[in-house]
Amino acid sequence: MKDITCKLLVIGAGPGGYVCAIRAGQLGIDTVVIEAGKPGGTCLNVGCIPSKALIHAAEEFEKASHWAGKPGPLGISVESPKLEFGKTVAWKDGIVSRLNSGVAGLLKKAKVKYVQGWAKFRDGKTVEVETETGTQVIRAENVVIATGSAPVELPFLPFGGNVISSTEALSLPAVPERLAVVGGGYIGLELGMAFAKLGAKVTVVEALPRLLQQYDAELTKPVLKRLADLGIEVLTGAKAKGVSSKGDALLVEAADGKDRKIAADKILVTVGRKPVTAGWGLEEIDLDMSGRFIRIDDQCRTSMRGVYAIGDVTGEPMLAHRAMAQGEMVAEIVAGHKRSWDKRAIPAICFTDPELVTAGLSPDEAKKLGGEIKIGQFPFSANGRAMTKQGEDGFVRVVARADNHLVLGIQAVGQGVSELSAAFGLALEMGARLEDIAGTIHAHPTQGEAFQEAALKGLGHALHI
Amino acid sequence: MGEYVIKLPDVGEGVAEAELVEWNVKIGDMVREDTVLAAVMTDKATVEIPSPVDGEILWLGAEIGDTVAIGSPIVRLKVAGEGNTGAETAAAPKPPVNDDRKSQSAIAQAKPEPASQAARPEPVAAAKPAAASSPKPVSGAIQRGAPRAEGERPLASPAVRLRAKEAGIDLRQVGGSGPAGRIGHEDLDAFIQRGPQTGKTSGLVRNDAIEEIKIVGLRRKIAEKMKLAKSRIPHITYVEEVDVTALEELRANLNKEKRTDRPKLTLLPFLMRAMVRAIAEQPQLNALFDDEVGIVHQYGGVHIGIAAQTSGGLVVPVVKHVEARDLWDCGAEVNRLAEAAKAGTATREELSGSTITITSLGAMGGVVTTPVINHPEVAIVGVNKMMIRPMWDGSQFVPRKMMNLSSSFDHRVIDGWDAAIFVQRIKALLETPALIFVEG
Repeated sequence: MKDITCKLLVIGAGPGGYVCAIRAGQLGIDTVVIEAGKPGGTCLNVGCIPSKALIHAAEEFEKASHWAGKPGPLGISVESPKLEFGKTVAWKDGIVSRLNSGVAGLLKKAKVKYVQGWAKFRDGKTVEVETETGTQVIRAENVVIATGSAPVELPFLPFGGNVISSTEALSLPAVPERLAVVGGGYIGLELGMAFAKLGAKVTVVEALPRLLQQYDAELTKPVLKRLADLGIEVLTGAKAKGVSSKGDALLVEAADGKDRKIAADKILVTVGRKPVTAGWGLEEIDLDMSGRFIRIDDQCRTSMRGVYAIGDVTGEPMLAHRAMAQGEMVAEIVAGHKRSWDKRAIPAICFTDPELVTAGLSPDEAKKLGGEIKIGQFPFSANGRAMTKQGEDGFVRVVARADNHLVLGIQAVGQGVSELSAAFGLALEMGARLEDIAGTIHAHPTQGEAFQEAALKGLGHALHI
Repeated sequence: MGEYVIKLPDVGEGVAEAELVEWNVKIGDMVREDTVLAAVMTDKATVEIPSPVDGEILWLGAEIGDTVAIGSPIVRLKVAGEGNTGAETAAAPKPPVNDDRKSQSAIAQAKPEPASQAARPEPVAAAKPAAASSPKPVSGAIQRGAPRAEGERPLASPAVRLRAKEAGIDLRQVGGSGPAGRIGHEDLDAFIQRGPQTGKTSGLVRNDAIEEIKIVGLRRKIAEKMKLAKSRIPHITYVEEVDVTALEELRANLNKEKRTDRPKLTLLPFLMRAMVRAIAEQPQLNALFDDEVGIVHQYGGVHIGIAAQTSGGLVVPVVKHVEARDLWDCGAEVNRLAEAAKAGTATREELSGSTITITSLGAMGGVVTTPVINHPEVAIVGVNKMMIRPMWDGSQFVPRKMMNLSSSFDHRVIDGWDAAIFVQRIKALLETPALIFVEG
């Protein structure tokens, strides 16, 4: 097979890799992208998109189940609702496959060469790809490593059989009757809540004293309340020990030290994700590492000249939009533009019920800066739109410096608050002060008004509370 | 409580209006009796307007640069007691007389400005009443342009960051004029224009700044006067050199004899006396030409204006009746007027009424100047720098103290011949200074 020579080679067509390749193509760079799976990576195929599809279906089904038999305050009632889970999964797969071809089309439009196969470094400028038709050698002036991350496996709970990762959880043939979730982080709770809504009896086992431990307790309170409402059992401070010999139960050492056996048809392990740093020849190029991750500088350069790394393989936060921004930046750097990482905030969303959004610094992080801070918090119980959506739980919180009112961080919890992340990110990136947010007209009636009111609260004169 | 109106007082004989050059107070200020409220300027003198009463400033009736008629109200005060407006409240205050540069409405619009500035609180302070207890209320204004605290990231929108990156600018070096020290596009523009403070390249940077400076007060008077002189008077400038070796010896000898009743003599009194003698023979040079009606007023008395540089600009104090003053009297009067002019205390009378003018920059006098006639006079004598030059005495070069006189004349009424006679006469008198003392 004839060698390919290009200016830019991207390894991995996840959100970081494909964005990098598209942008490079736009800039007229001769670009090749290699992907072993389908275009879109974890995010599109086994992460963000399919999980949100499943969560949406679960929400809709839960509403219907809620109305079954007994009309609620809205006066709606339904006869016993039915779920054909096979159709749900097929619908989700349809969305995924539409987006797969969307990404492939965008790459083609940007004149990026797409190579299907598993890449392996021969040296810093040469990569071999095992394709269906043989080994393809690609030589490139610049290489971008965008190999992403994979679910972490617990040694005493190896994946296989009834022990599944988030990937398998998104493609189950049926809703498990009993689901045990090991790890009460955002992935475990998003999926756990979705399956509970679809009818599973869910138990969440978390080794730490509380769930969603990266968020403050005030923020997670509405989520914990909802977990209880959905009948999800939560065991905190509990250690998963393994699976029963029959494979139908999770063995747990509870907080009180007693062993427990949690009957489960499926055991979903969501204890984090690890960078994919093996299998593609990292040892051949001997890059400097930063813990488990590839060490990069503010231009995503690794310790080897002309080799860049972006996305989950470079560290936390492992978020698609961080990888996308890095990918775009690297493409422009390769095109000779002057760029460096200068973002103020990477908003993060947890699609639990209700949703959580964080952008910038939490109150505790802001306090650690040393200066005085101001916090403005506004509850959705005082927001008209939230009432009309039956989403009165939650709030928007703005953290600002006391001296000059510069907004340092914004958090929200509540129904549908994920869409507010756009406003939060913009405010932080533009360097808004409390006065800027308070002085921006927020359309009525929307949940966004709570954002403006939180800023007003920080200034000491919220109007609707 | 009553209202007290202060009108522009009569600031000089025959003065109908004056230009406001300075406000010492603003609306809302409490003033005491004799507090200086403002300064106005007439043709030659600057006069301070004191408050006759205690009170609070309510209204200021003119803007700096405005011409105000004598008798127009310029300040309204809130005073304890009745005030002085009882009879006048019905009549609206007479608006100030405007000069042709400004419309009435412009003043009306401009008037509230000092008030709003005084009343407008610092925006951040107003926006955070709750922060009153905060020990260090740092406002955006305080941080303006100042370098941010160590390690603190520069605050700028993504678009500004991108532009900076592409221009190779480290935003940490750029001051932010926005709220909370935010760096805007305009800050970046200014930084790019100014160039980095620690210039790694040549250190030569373009300066495209244009500063707008309003010409007011004395500077405006000078501008008007110079324009008048140069546009109306066809100047003829005549330069002659004068050997002042003998004069300098005489002057040194006279100054050796220290008498408290006599000032130390400079060259000026000699020149003034020489001019008196020359004018006696060429009286048409000591005159004012009223070109509107075509009449030359030829004066018997010789009133010599002495152009002097002050911090505010050029002023011309006048030594009156030089024909009746001896050398020391001239010297003493020049000294007194120069002091008064520099201190800004010269009266209108002392700054007007000249019939001919001397301009001298002393050691800075240069070799030749082209003096501008002090309109409506017809002659001005410019004194250039004295220096030792080699002069040919018929058999050899000898070092002589030489000084040029650059004199301008109004060629409409003074012929070149007459001008030459006048300067030659002065030259002869200064070169043989004893002649200055010969009466008759």
